[in-house]
Amino acid sequence: MIEVCVLGVGALGPGLTDWAGGQELLCNPGAWQRQPTLVPPPGRLPPTERRRAGTVVKASIVVADEAVAAAGLDAAQVATVFTSSTGDPVNCHILCEALATPERLVSPTRFTNSVHNAAAGIWHIATQSRQPSTSLAAFDASFGAGLLEAAVQCLAARAPVLLVACDVPYPEPLHALRPVADIFALALVLAPPTTGGRRLTLEVSGDTEPTPCDDARLEELRRTIPAARALPVLQALARAIAGRVVLEGLPGMTLRLQVGAPA
Amino acid sequence: MKPLAISGHTLVSALGQGRAATLQALRSARSGLARRDFETAALGTWIGEVDGVDDTVLAPEWAAYDCRNNRVAELGLRADGFAEQVRRAAARYGAARVGIFLGTSTSGILQTEIAYRHRDPATGALPASLHYAETHNTYSVAGYVRAALGLRGPAHVVSTACSSSAKVYATAARMIEIGLVDAAVVGGVDSLCMTTLYGFRSLELVSSDICRPWDARRAGLSIGEAAAFALVERDPEHVDAWLLGVGESSDAHHMSSPHPEGAGAAAAMRGALASAGLQAGDVDYLNLHGTGTPGNDAAEDSAVAAVFGTGLPCSSTKGHTGHTLGAAGGVEASICMLALQHGFMPGGLNVGQTDPALQTNYLHQSCEKVLRIVASNSFGFGGSNACLVFGAAR
Repeated sequence: MIEVCVLGVGALGPGLTDWAGGQELLCNPGAWQRQPTLVPPPGRLPPTERRRAGTVVKASIVVADEAVAAAGLDAAQVATVFTSSTGDPVNCHILCEALATPERLVSPTRFTNSVHNAAAGIWHIATQSRQPSTSLAAFDASFGAGLLEAAVQCLAARAPVLLVACDVPYPEPLHALRPVADIFALALVLAPPTTGGRRLTLEVSGDTEPTPCDDARLEELRRTIPAARALPVLQALARAIAGRVVLEGLPGMTLRLQVGAPA
Repeated sequence: MKPLAISGHTLVSALGQGRAATLQALRSARSGLARRDFETAALGTWIGEVDGVDDTVLAPEWAAYDCRNNRVAELGLRADGFAEQVRRAAARYGAARVGIFLGTSTSGILQTEIAYRHRDPATGALPASLHYAETHNTYSVAGYVRAALGLRGPAHVVSTACSSSAKVYATAARMIEIGLVDAAVVGGVDSLCMTTLYGFRSLELVSSDICRPWDARRAGLSIGEAAAFALVERDPEHVDAWLLGVGESSDAHHMSSPHPEGAGAAAAMRGALASAGLQAGDVDYLNLHGTGTPGNDAAEDSAVAAVFGTGLPCSSTKGHTGHTLGAAGGVEASICMLALQHGFMPGGLNVGQTDPALQTNYLHQSCEKVLRIVASNSFGFGGSNACLVFGAAR
């Protein structure tokens, strides 16, 4: 079992504009209205970059900034872990379309942005952070894998780590094969356990059922967006009491989490 | 960091399948690159293709995973008895205590690229035969290896472009140090596809000639494909080499060009030395990232000179294998371990005329020498840098 603490949270999803406003809705989901996710323009990026950036980049940067600000940290000093099941799905679709034409004219910008670590690269350029950064994927378990990696990095380096999870739907025809319901992004700043904030313990465990959301509509979101697998954790963080969550992992593996009561 | 034992490793690339074929090619200065077409791409460039991929058949229960990338992975698992070695480790530690951390950049996207040529003319739908999760998705190669080896531990794919499969060594070292797993399969797999062949061409980073790292006339990279695997363990019965240090950094400069003085790269090298508790002078040989593009080699040369001075023997082995992208870190880790195990330093290939602007001590010929400590650089798009330091088993 390993233990870290959560110093800051950022969130963005259907009917959730940010963590500041989303906390109350996640505590009392009766008041939550599902609406298509609106990604605000990330103030962190210069205007030209803002126009060029794909949705996954923009949503990742918006939640990263919210979490880092809440933690009161300088973004340039924080190592990062970015996790996403799909990367930038729109960019991928446009590249596949171009490669299916006889001319195969590929935009160099699209190719550059096709790397899974595009959001991480743009964040580190925008924040001028030379700290280490990892970008990873584990299909529907991408959030859990990112959380475990970020917690381990935080303990190994004895320093805060910013975790950013984001998934964005594919356009058709890939959407039919990999349906992702809407955009969902969240960020957590994890720090060593003595730093303050909410305590979070993680344990790798065998095959047990993941904890569902306690609201049927939120549960629908949890099951249909990989990054929204984090919703029970966000609900536990939103509530001012201790909580336990079994987080979806890989076949035969889950993560057991305990969220401590506020100090 | 606490030194981490590497109890086995293998690789499959254009040089051949397994350690013996790779070693023979490195010692005899043989390149696996050839000017040839790939699939429907007739670009007239040199590529490093793995032999026998088309004839490779996955076990029937894993048929949904069938794609070029997982076939290359399968060839890697078969080489040097690697799969058997992992199964023995899983029996010893328990399958849930063995992690899988692999690097890839494009995974099995070739399946989707081909499927986009066969969309339903009326609806635009992709053929139902495309298994997205098992082939195209970035995680698919780790999913295949985890399933094929019967492992139940934590797993993910690191996808940070061309540093991916170096960074997984750092991931595994941390996971073992913190106590979440007792062993891990690390490495990387990347395979030829239209996205990278046409994409790197669109950036004018592919040479029409064979790639010539460190040559004055170098004009770009040659794309290759490969699988490289290593088994790292807490309590090994046998040690091939030790992972002594890891360094990771971000350039914070540009998405597709390195920092001109290699500031981020130098930070990764310094981080690796600090993590190993070593001085620059302790390193005997450095395997360069050395892609053969004018800008990359110049930036890396500056960074290496800043950290190690200009005396450290170094070379790029991408003239042998091509740039295997997300597999490159794993391939070059394996080459470094072969150098330690067999006491030699591989010379870089295809250098006709050394670039007078580059200051490092670049090896043009392989030389036999007992090595104690070697390092390997891997850098990727997005400004992702990693450096690994390995020590001999003795």
